[in-house]
Amino acid sequence: MKHARVIYEGREHTGIAHEFGGLPHAAVRLDDGRIVPQEQLTWLPPLAPTARPRTILALGLNYADHAKELEFKAPEEPLVFVKGQSTLIGHRQHTHRPTGVQFMHYECELAIVIGKTAKNVKRGDAYDFIGGYTVANDYAIRDYLENWYRPNLRVKNRDTCTPLGPWFVDAADVPDPMALALKTTVNGTVTQQGSTRDMIFDAPFLIEYFSGFMTLSPGDLILTGTPDGVVDCKPGDVVVTEIERIGTLVNTIAGT
Amino acid sequence: MSSTAAHYLPVGTVYGTLLNFRAEVEALAPRMTQPPYKAAPKAPVLYVKTANTWSPHGSAITVPASVPEVEIGASIGMVIGAEGDVEGFVLMNDLSIPHASFFRPPVKFKCVDGFLGIGPALRDAQEVADPANFRVEVRINGALKQSIDFSQLVRPAQQLLADVGEFMTLAHGDVLLLGCDAGRPLARAGDRIEISSPGFETLTNTLVQETAA
Repeated sequence: MKHARVIYEGREHTGIAHEFGGLPHAAVRLDDGRIVPQEQLTWLPPLAPTARPRTILALGLNYADHAKELEFKAPEEPLVFVKGQSTLIGHRQHTHRPTGVQFMHYECELAIVIGKTAKNVKRGDAYDFIGGYTVANDYAIRDYLENWYRPNLRVKNRDTCTPLGPWFVDAADVPDPMALALKTTVNGTVTQQGSTRDMIFDAPFLIEYFSGFMTLSPGDLILTGTPDGVVDCKPGDVVVTEIERIGTLVNTIAGT
Repeated sequence: MSSTAAHYLPVGTVYGTLLNFRAEVEALAPRMTQPPYKAAPKAPVLYVKTANTWSPHGSAITVPASVPEVEIGASIGMVIGAEGDVEGFVLMNDLSIPHASFFRPPVKFKCVDGFLGIGPALRDAQEVADPANFRVEVRINGALKQSIDFSQLVRPAQQLLADVGEFMTLAHGDVLLLGCDAGRPLARAGDRIEISSPGFETLTNTLVQETAA
């Protein structure tokens, strides 16, 4: 099942993906039974905010080709940073590009949503702890990269810079999350293509690794990194990050 | 002591700040122009203390079996109000596994379960004339180990808030730590840590050894 969290007619709703005009997932069946086309909804990140803020872990350089593109050798241990919850926005929202920056790029990423409390999980059991998946677009503003706790929060934790969605997809509906095609288009032109099979550290590894020193809780997110092919995005650009079986996340760049 | 139930816990994201004490900057200054840093930082250097790290006042904090000693990072957090102002201040113990490099995010060293002691109560911002007047003391098993003078901040509280606000919005309930001074004491399992400051209720935590699962 594909779950959404949206605002319609001034009220927040949950809902599930529904066919519309012959297209699967073109609408949402709201919790009150109404069927509303995607474009009439205001989309929220498909996970409800938690009383204790969700932990958002994000991987850098987790695809060998991206690591090469950025002139780094592939890491021997996951390169991970943490994001705050206020960077998240939903599907069909705007992401702000600050004035005067030279290089701001999307990163199409499979986001793992933790389904139950995980501590010291072994690799072989890791899938039992995954609740589902969504698509993340983990924007970076490279102008602000400094060599202190890199990538620093000024690059990665800016308001509106982590679109998430449209759907939360139940883990049961994704038989092999480690063989999904990823694709990004900018204004309709394909700029990034890859497969989750090319991750250096795969989902079971990451759950074993993180749960070895920190307890993961339901709703926590692991953004698993991005493949080769990042390009600069300008105000007005429509950036579509898409992952097979998970969803197509649309985002527009706005100036400030 | 009282139960932990009534003690303050954050409702937002807790952000730590690196290199916000002059002595801490001076200690690293000779390395700042060398690889991998190559230059002194221009913007505040922040990290996140994830929710799994939060330990209420009075609780026991587990030291991983692989770690002989942990670093005590006494600090004061600014708790953000509804208007983006400072609602209150709270003592915090920002524990770390000691690490020599500040090049990569410190998740493995700072986001260990329990690694943020949180003061029992907020001190209302209305009571505080100037955070530069804060003085904090760290005691381990009753012995004074560190005295911290918050007039020594590189970015005083209001400037830190303004500089962080340049690139991200702190939401209501988020906490921004003012930083930890150089000379952070080390402690080990069995130790009792007290962090105190005039006008604040003292934050106490004990360190306990990890036991086999």
